[in-house]
Amino acid sequence: MNVQLFEGERVRLAPHDPDKDAEVESRWTHDPEYMRLVSADPVRPLSPGQIKKKYEEAGKEKEKSQNRFSFAVRTRADDRLIGLVRLDRIEWNNGAGWLALGIGAAEDRGQGYGTEALRLILRYAFDELNLHRLSASTFEYNTGALRFLERAGFAVEVRRRQAIQREGRRWDDLFLGILREDWERLAGGR
Amino acid sequence: MNTSLFHGQLVRLAAPNPETDAEALSRWQRDAEFLRLLDSDAARPLPVAQNKTDMEAIVARENSFAFMIRTLADDRVIGFIGLGRPQWTHGDAWLGIGLGDREYWGKGCGTDAMRVMLRFAFTELNLHRVSLGVFEYNPRAVRSYEKAGFVLEGRTRQDVRRDGRYWDSLWMGILREEWERQNPKSQDSRSKARTAG
Repeated sequence: MNVQLFEGERVRLAPHDPDKDAEVESRWTHDPEYMRLVSADPVRPLSPGQIKKKYEEAGKEKEKSQNRFSFAVRTRADDRLIGLVRLDRIEWNNGAGWLALGIGAAEDRGQGYGTEALRLILRYAFDELNLHRLSASTFEYNTGALRFLERAGFAVEVRRRQAIQREGRRWDDLFLGILREDWERLAGGR
Repeated sequence: MNTSLFHGQLVRLAAPNPETDAEALSRWQRDAEFLRLLDSDAARPLPVAQNKTDMEAIVARENSFAFMIRTLADDRVIGFIGLGRPQWTHGDAWLGIGLGDREYWGKGCGTDAMRVMLRFAFTELNLHRVSLGVFEYNPRAVRSYEKAGFVLEGRTRQDVRRDGRYWDSLWMGILREEWERQNPKSQDSRSKARTAG
């Protein structure tokens, strides 16, 4: 059994290192276009110190509930932080959880890094955590994420009408889902 | 005409009182079916002290609007209802309701409480939409939500596992414009209130 859960071809899923990563993550929060793709919260830049504090709080939360698995996405070539991926709100009794993934800098997008990271986290969710299904949410205007998730086997399941207000108009909030059987069909040899 | 924001035809929404309501909550939690209809957590009854602490935390949270449902006829506490997780910038919040007292199931009390809560959501919180989740195995709730004006927006497949099989979660929403179309009367009473001042 050759188990390589964290190493992709060009990226790896690695633990967070807030001391090292906070600077880079802070930079991402200064890019409103990126922040609006990944979150419904009001955009606002965070300092490296605020980022570190967020990690401390998430750590405490994790100790309490054990329903969150969060990773840094790093390049294997130079161990550079390029994104974040996490599974959270896991309901163990139902085998269900939520996926979130972001590649922070515009120049790192469209390079296939996200696709690799997604392949790794799906395998982690279904082969290590033994979940039955995953959900993900994205906004109507994020057509890139929509295509990206559908290519990996996700299907749009819910369209929450007009749930997002941005740039003076209303957009739908979409929930997507993938079942273990969808993933097994697509990922056969893993 | 409704003169109070918190009164319906059958029930009213009242402030939770952890001192006394925690006991009612513990009583309702002996009913596993009630718990399974309420949320997707593993059903388990909690001691009164725990419910009291949890209720106090909810009451203290400024960003959630939680009420007990009391009958107008005899002021009996029969359940709870609330709006939480508001996204203020987008005008969206999540509604949750539980009727713990089985005697009052299927008598219109839940639908009545929903109507009061929606009026609060749209005329006091000024939301743009209200959202909720419900399970495939709870058709009575789905019917009640539809009666209150909610529209089915989709289903997450095989989201909940109960008694050895998977069930879908259903997601519903109501938009301000839909609610206003269905409630022209409260529009009238609002403009009257304005001119009366």
